[in-house]
Amino acid sequence: MIRMKTILALTLALGAGLALSAQNPPTPPPQPQSQGEVRLTIVGPPGLPPKLAVPDFLAGGDVATGKLVGQVLWDDLNFEREFYLVPRDTYASIAQPGSLDQIPLDRWKELGVDGLVVGSIRRTGGNVVVQVRLIEVASGRSVFAKEYSGAGANPRFFAHTIADEIHQQQRALRGVARTKLAFTSDRDGERVKGAANSRDIQNIYIADYDGANQRRITATPSLDITPAWSPDTKAMAYTSYRSGFPDILVADLTGRRALAKPANGTPEKQNFLPAWSPDGERLAFMSNRDGNPEIYVVNRDGSGMRRLTNHPENDVTPTWAPSGNQIAFTSNRAGRPQIWIMNADGSGQQKITNESWCDRPTWSPAPFNEIAYASQSGGGYDIRIYEFATRNTRTVTDGIGSNESPAFSPNGRHLAFVSTRAGKAQIFTIARDGNGRKQITTLGENRYPNWSN
Amino acid sequence: MRIAALVSAAILALTVSACAKKVPLAKPTSPPPGGPGGASNRPPAPPVPVTEPQPVPVEPTSNTLDTRDLDDINKNSPFQPVFFGYDQAEVSSEGQQILNINAEIMKKQATWVITIEGHADERGTAEYNLALGERRALSARNYLVSLGIPADRLRTVSYGKEFPFDPARTEEAFAKNRRAHFVVTSR
Repeated sequence: MIRMKTILALTLALGAGLALSAQNPPTPPPQPQSQGEVRLTIVGPPGLPPKLAVPDFLAGGDVATGKLVGQVLWDDLNFEREFYLVPRDTYASIAQPGSLDQIPLDRWKELGVDGLVVGSIRRTGGNVVVQVRLIEVASGRSVFAKEYSGAGANPRFFAHTIADEIHQQQRALRGVARTKLAFTSDRDGERVKGAANSRDIQNIYIADYDGANQRRITATPSLDITPAWSPDTKAMAYTSYRSGFPDILVADLTGRRALAKPANGTPEKQNFLPAWSPDGERLAFMSNRDGNPEIYVVNRDGSGMRRLTNHPENDVTPTWAPSGNQIAFTSNRAGRPQIWIMNADGSGQQKITNESWCDRPTWSPAPFNEIAYASQSGGGYDIRIYEFATRNTRTVTDGIGSNESPAFSPNGRHLAFVSTRAGKAQIFTIARDGNGRKQITTLGENRYPNWSN
Repeated sequence: MRIAALVSAAILALTVSACAKKVPLAKPTSPPPGGPGGASNRPPAPPVPVTEPQPVPVEPTSNTLDTRDLDDINKNSPFQPVFFGYDQAEVSSEGQQILNINAEIMKKQATWVITIEGHADERGTAEYNLALGERRALSARNYLVSLGIPADRLRTVSYGKEFPFDPARTEEAFAKNRRAHFVVTSR
C-alpha cells in the first residue's frame, strides 16, 4: 500500500511537470525585415563564449520566487558551459525594472554582457504564468521570447524548461535541466526484520538532475537496488528483494499499469541488474537461472527470453550501445574482471580493457562513442572512459575516495557516479572531462545512480 | 551432544582460520563424485583439527533445535558460515569441512529449508559483487547437494556487498564478509 501511494505521489509530481506547456508566445518584438541580417544567436567576443546575465525574475511581491527562478536558471545554463555566466552578485545593484519592456540596457552594456535573460512571474489563482526573453544587449533585440503557464508548486521546473529551450535554440544542444536521477539510499534508517546481523534496507529515490526534490519512490522492507529509467522515463526497472530473492521489477511511474516482472523470477531463477535497450522494448540483465551468473535479454512483455553468455566465471552488468546492436558487460573469464563487448545476439564477444580490474561499464549516448567504467586505482576505483575511435582511455575522477557506478547523462556530456570521497557513499555528478564535480546526496549511503532521458 | 561436539569442532576450525592473517586460498577441490542421495558416496568424516582441549560451549541440543522458532534458531545458528578468498567463489578444503558438518545437521533436521546467502567484501563494485555473491552461494549449494542434501531444501540469494557482517575496512573484516551464510527459512 505504501509503495503504491509513493508511486502515485510521484505520478502526480511528474504529471504536473508534464502538463506544463509552452503557450503562444507573447507578441515578439518586431524583427528586421531584411532576411540576410536576421541573427537569432547571441555571440561573444571572437574565440570566447557569449557572456550571459540572469537577474532575478520580476515577481511582484514574491521576491523569493523571482530570486529562486533566476538562480536556478543561472545554474542550469552554467551547467553545460556553453556560455560564460556572469556571477549574479556583480549585478545585484542594478535595480529591477517595472516590466520586461523597461530594461536599462545601458547598465548591462556597461557590464559587458552579450546576452540578458529576463523574465517575469505572475500568479493567477493556482496557476503561474512565466514570461521570458533573451535579449541581445548590443542591439536590444529579443532573440528568444516565450510564455509558459502551469501549476505553481515547483517554480524550479519553469527555470529548467527555459534553460533547455535556450540551449536548444541558441546552441542546438539537448540540455539536461529537466532530467532526473534515480539512486538507492538507506537514509530512512529502516532495518531488515529478523536478520541475524543488523541490515539497513535500501530503497529507490529520485531527484532532479541538480539534486533538488529528493524523494523516495519504493517501500520494500529489504533491498530495492540498481534502478534504471525506461527510455521514455515513464517506468523504472530495478532489482528488488521484496519476494525474498532478487528479481527485476518494472514499476509504471504513470500509475496506469501494475508492477511487471518481465524476467519472471522464482527462488531458483533470480534476476539482477536490468538495462533497457535504447528503444525501450527489451531488457538485458544478469540471472543465475542456468546455475551461474550469465547475461540474458528478454522483451519487456516477458517474451523472447534469450541467453547471451555462457561461461563458468562471472558475466555481469550489461549496458547497451545507443544503436541497440551491441552490449558491453563485465567478465572475469580472463582473470580479473574486465570490460567485454558483444553483439546483441551474444556473438562476437571480445575484451576491450586490460587493466588490473575494470567493472560496471556504461555506454555513452550518441554522439560520443565511449564506455565509462570503474577501474581499480590504489585502494579504490576511479571512473575511466574508453573511446572506441582511438582505443584510448582517460581518467575522469581524481583518485580521492573510491569512485564507482558511472551513469551518463542523456546528452553524454556528464556522468553521475558514486564516491566515498566525503566519507559515506554519495552520488556526485561531473562533466565528461572531469570538471564541475557536484555532490548530489548527503543523507545516509547512496548508490547505484541512473540518469533519466 | 553429538551435534554440540560437531558444532564446537566447527567453531574451533573457524577460529583457526579466522585468526590467520589471510584466509588460506586452498586450491579448489572437486566435490566428491556421486549425485544427490547417494549415501554410499558420502565423503569420509572431516578430520578434526588438532587443538588444545577447549570447554565445550553451551550449544543447543538437537532436542531444542526441534522446538525453537526460526528467528531464535538463526540468532544462534547451528550452521557455520563458509569463507572465500578475494574474488574467489570456489569452496576451499576448509570450507568443505565446514559444509560437511553443516550437511550432518541438515540431515538430522530433515524438514528444514535453508537459504544460503552469498556475501562479498566491499572491494569490487556493488554490481559485480552481486554476481560474486551469487556464485559463492551456488558453490556452497552444489557441494551440499553432492553430499546428499536434496536440492529443493537449499535456496540461494546473493546480497553482494550490501550486508557486511563487519563494516570495518580491514583485511580481517573483508575476510569475514566473503562468506556463504546459512539461514533456516522454514522448518
